[in-house]
Amino acid sequence: MIEAQPIPKNKTRSMSWGSREGRGLIYQLVAIAAVAALIWLLVTNTLANMRLRGIQSGYDFMSQPFGFDVSETLIPYDVMSTYWIAFAIGLANTLKVAVLGIFLATVVGTLIGIGRFSSNFLVRKVCYGYVEFFRNVPVYLQLLIWYIVFTDLLPSFDDAWVMGHAYLSKGGLSFPWPVWKTGQSLAVIGLLIALMPSYVYARRARKHFDMTGKNRPVLPVVFSLIVALSLLGWLVGGAPMEWSLPEKGFFQVEGGSSLSPEFMSLLVGLVLYTAAFIAEIVRSGIASVSLGQHEAAASLGLGKRQSMRLVVLPQALRVIIPPLTSQYLNLTKNSSLAVAIGYPELVSIANTTLNQTGRAIEALSIVMLVYLMLSLITAALMNWFNASSAIRER
Amino acid sequence: MTLKFLKLSLAAAAAATAFVSLPAHAGKTLEAIKARGQVICGVHTGLAGFSQADSAGAWSGLDVDYCKALAAAVLNDATKVKWVPLNAQQRFTALQSGEIDVLSRNTTDTLSRDASLGLHFVATNFYDGQGFLVKKGKVTSAKQLKGAAVCVQAGTTTEKNMADFSRANNLNLKPVVFEKIEAATGAYFSGRCQAYTTDASGLASTRAKEAKDPSEHVILPDLISKEPLGPMVRRGDDEWLAIARWVLFGLIEAEEFGIKQSNVEEMKKSTDPQIGRMLGSTEDLGKHLGLDKEWLARAITATGNYGEIFERNVGSKTALNLPRGKNALWTNGGLMYAPPLR
Repeated sequence: MIEAQPIPKNKTRSMSWGSREGRGLIYQLVAIAAVAALIWLLVTNTLANMRLRGIQSGYDFMSQPFGFDVSETLIPYDVMSTYWIAFAIGLANTLKVAVLGIFLATVVGTLIGIGRFSSNFLVRKVCYGYVEFFRNVPVYLQLLIWYIVFTDLLPSFDDAWVMGHAYLSKGGLSFPWPVWKTGQSLAVIGLLIALMPSYVYARRARKHFDMTGKNRPVLPVVFSLIVALSLLGWLVGGAPMEWSLPEKGFFQVEGGSSLSPEFMSLLVGLVLYTAAFIAEIVRSGIASVSLGQHEAAASLGLGKRQSMRLVVLPQALRVIIPPLTSQYLNLTKNSSLAVAIGYPELVSIANTTLNQTGRAIEALSIVMLVYLMLSLITAALMNWFNASSAIRER
Repeated sequence: MTLKFLKLSLAAAAAATAFVSLPAHAGKTLEAIKARGQVICGVHTGLAGFSQADSAGAWSGLDVDYCKALAAAVLNDATKVKWVPLNAQQRFTALQSGEIDVLSRNTTDTLSRDASLGLHFVATNFYDGQGFLVKKGKVTSAKQLKGAAVCVQAGTTTEKNMADFSRANNLNLKPVVFEKIEAATGAYFSGRCQAYTTDASGLASTRAKEAKDPSEHVILPDLISKEPLGPMVRRGDDEWLAIARWVLFGLIEAEEFGIKQSNVEEMKKSTDPQIGRMLGSTEDLGKHLGLDKEWLARAITATGNYGEIFERNVGSKTALNLPRGKNALWTNGGLMYAPPLR
């Protein structure tokens, strides 16, 4: 019997015009060279023109003190802080909005997406109306409207609403905040340490369920583990109990911590806008799971919540996660619209920098790089999450 | 690598070069303006008294009148101007790139702007200072603004001046920075900020234009910085810089010698030799600038002298009601002192 054997592949790659492979390779190299030449020409042309017109360029301004004030910052600064610190302050403010925004938008969007399947007529229609309204109004307008709502409807500082030790006015929401000492830092470290064994325990409980069908309690155990380790860290740090209470000064509330109306309107505007898109993505994910799966899960004796968690959601996640990444990136980039409502995030700080130093190209290049890095990191994390939630074919 | 590949990549690079080339050296602005038949003037998007468009699209203001005078001097016609409204971020790049010929947008003359942007400051057409606008009743001096939230527009000298003042007097001012001037003033009038800061003339203009009740708002008397405002041009074209400067100086000198919009023709017959030089009836000064001898006469006929421009746009009969103050002639105790035109 003659065995069928595959035709041996040609080992050597040909660079000649004659072969299709060779032609393809040549075209690619020419295209790369052309793009590289174009970029090089653009850069040298720009630099030559700037020199000709006496426009100074370079990144040396970054080590100069920046001199302006920023109304809200997570990073302390003083009169000698350099532009590096200024950009770091902007980045920290952007991250504050982006991380909180992504988390809240996912929660709100998922709830509304699931609400579209509700058997309650009112819930279904309200969710539908929400999605149609918030998706179709431009986000810039939405942010402006929320800012007007927050600054017009809230009372002026002199007549601020007092709720216990919290104050709410046009100047923002002020609330008591613990005076941060080592105790609180150790508590946060304890919380982070507790995450690893919680994850391991959750996986083992899941394996146990797969093997034997018996449910081990996951949520109470994980919760008590996290609380116990945080409490332990706090006690080890000396159990600090001091709170900083906000008090009404002459023009502003002193003490405590506060959220400015700029931050609140930016967060609310971005969350509601992005949640409308996420709701549609979640709805499409759940709808993509065929009816047969729901029926099969029911026939196996799984309850509605169990079938959602064990059968429908893992399959729906495959469809949901890729477009969700885009929405997260959109939210991060839309936070740059904060310049319109006065929140000092990265683009706002870069704007002020480029006006004070005149280095427009340098400041904007830094902003572009930072957004590129944020987007790549977010996409990488989501890709890892996507890969880990993929259904493994047997 | 084959020779073919090298030839191909060289051809590609050469093709790319055809699309990109060094533009002509910046200069020869006057020739370009004459060829185009228009002066392209960069102005503020809307600042009452300095540059504002009305509902029909006609521009008026102190800075606008300067450009009209420039067009009259160079092109014989004050209407041959193209107005380009610019915000604080765009203004310098528009001038650097050649999009506009002159930037007349109440821009402060500072060392970094004059030296590192490839631009030249022409001369001061308005001496100003930065101040605070607050609601009447709570404070009487800027030094009492401890901890106040202050609305400010992005991209101006205002932010740094405010930070310096805040540190020097231990005030801990909280700036709320907006990109658009309307957003900044809107936030102040809605009560989000307790104060609004910009040049004192801008404060007067805003109060007149946007306050529901202008008497409820007061401009605090402390001016925390020097803000000499004036037009700017590009470096590398000294001829154009000279024209821009001497049109402005000519308008100021005209007020000193009593030449008004209404009496230019009579003044041409004057026996005063200096007036004769300025208006071109005895000597031709315009040829030194590359213009004809009637350059200043046309400019004054178009807009009036500096005092008339001031009164028409920001003076006692307008909503801004600014006193001449530092902007009076040097003979009246102010700072407007033009070098002699001779």
